Amino acid sequence: MLFASTIALAETPVKDGANDGGQIDTKTEVEEYILHHIQDSHDFHLFSYTNDAGERKHIGFPLPVIIWTSNGLTTFMSSEFHHDDSGQVIVEKNGLKFTKIHSKIYELDAGASTVAFDEDHHATNAHKVLDFSITKSVVGVLLIGLLMFVWFSRLAKQYKKKAIPTGFGRVLEPLVLYVRDEIARPNIGEKHYRRFTGYLMTVFFFIWILNLLGLTPFGFNVTGQLAVTACLAIFTLIIYTASGNKDYWMHILWMPGVPILIRPVLALIELAGALIIKPFSLLVRLFANISAGHIVVMSLIAIMFTLKKSLGVVGATSLSLVLSFFITLIEVLVAFLQAYIFTMLSALFIGMAVAEHDHDHDHDDHGHEIPDAEDVRADFI
Amino acid sequence: MDKLLNDFSPGLFVVQTILLLLLIFLMVKFAWKPILNSLNEREEGIQDALDAAEKAKLEMQNLQADNDKLLKEARAEREAMLKEARELKNKMIDDAKTEAQTQANNMIAQAQAAIESEKKSAMAELKSHVSSLSIEIAEKVVRQELSNKDKQFELVESMLGDAKLN
Repeated sequence: MLFASTIALAETPVKDGANDGGQIDTKTEVEEYILHHIQDSHDFHLFSYTNDAGERKHIGFPLPVIIWTSNGLTTFMSSEFHHDDSGQVIVEKNGLKFTKIHSKIYELDAGASTVAFDEDHHATNAHKVLDFSITKSVVGVLLIGLLMFVWFSRLAKQYKKKAIPTGFGRVLEPLVLYVRDEIARPNIGEKHYRRFTGYLMTVFFFIWILNLLGLTPFGFNVTGQLAVTACLAIFTLIIYTASGNKDYWMHILWMPGVPILIRPVLALIELAGALIIKPFSLLVRLFANISAGHIVVMSLIAIMFTLKKSLGVVGATSLSLVLSFFITLIEVLVAFLQAYIFTMLSALFIGMAVAEHDHDHDHDDHGHEIPDAEDVRADFI
Repeated sequence: MDKLLNDFSPGLFVVQTILLLLLIFLMVKFAWKPILNSLNEREEGIQDALDAAEKAKLEMQNLQADNDKLLKEARAEREAMLKEARELKNKMIDDAKTEAQTQANNMIAQAQAAIESEKKSAMAELKSHVSSLSIEIAEKVVRQELSNKDKQFELVESMLGDAKLN
């Protein structure tokens, strides 16, 4: 698998119009290629090659582009951009002109026929549109969603016939039990965990399988998309905010056992923690880990080209193979770890929101720290 | 940060939200709920079976204990019966012995009484005999005396010697 991915990446050229030769040899080209890869893309690109006539051929398939423009909803196939990603190709649809720059679709202002750039390479006469396209990430999500649905609904059907699953169900059952018994149950508590297990399991398998898919040569980077991790984090935020009980809100807004004057300050901090910091840490952790993993693996593969001069072909290739092999192994672990951490923290946050506080126990915990805690708490109870 | 914000695609966010909602709904309805229910049922089934086995074991133990108790009771009863029989036997022997003793004593007493009465009657007969004899002697003495005084004395003395011999 790794060897295949090495070959595929080695032969895949950058799709930037500026780099149509297809060869990636220099450090800048490698950087550009990596940054391009970790972005979402509008077509499903498998590999490219240069034919005998010196023409660049791209193998893959186009995906539908669905955008909300100033003239309403517009759809066309991404093949109309002809793999251009630098604003060179202009597509005319619905009386409007569109172009694609760095994986983002821009609508040209009225009257403009080509894209003008300022010195920071920002388009000056075009603006971004709301892009609901079936991008590569959406394909990945659909694929994994379908896969999960097929796997687990078949497992569910197996239980109707007999108590012990057979075949692939035997692999899935321990995973389901793992999420239930190691993540949901201990963090949320015996009383409430059943309500949230469905969400936690969906998220766990969704993230894990997508992380693993990202390690294949198909080059998905779904869990490395901010929009995807943000969506996941916001789901967790909504769930624990909606299911927070009286105790939870009391501890956020009017912390018992603390001098009155400090309470508003604490409330601000707690609110920021619950509504911003927790989901932000969730979304950034997943995004950064997966993106970083992709960048590291690709950089190590790129050693093959960048160090060719100093180490020779054999030296650079073997160094690259050994390093990227080990990092890929670690990435397999990280794929699971990040899914586990995301699900575990979600379960923990939900558990904190639905926890029923044992006040007698709290007395012992806080009584020593704050002398007048007993009096304040007595009012609270 | 600028680059990150530029990379953030609101459209993808919306699509992902819809897809995730759909996925969660479908998975919960068609996969997680039936799977978790089945797993729970299975676990409860296993727990029930274990409990039943434990209960059966306890019952078995109780039964065993009951059996042991019954056996012990039966043994004790047998012992008691044996003991009673032995006591009864001893008592019967003792009773028979004492009765025999008393009967023997009675018989001895009767025999002694009979001997005593025989002896008394014999003595009485002897006495009457002696008296009649002595009267006879006295009659003869008186007759002799009437004839010869010396001879009378001799006669009395010989008579008395005779009487002594009797």
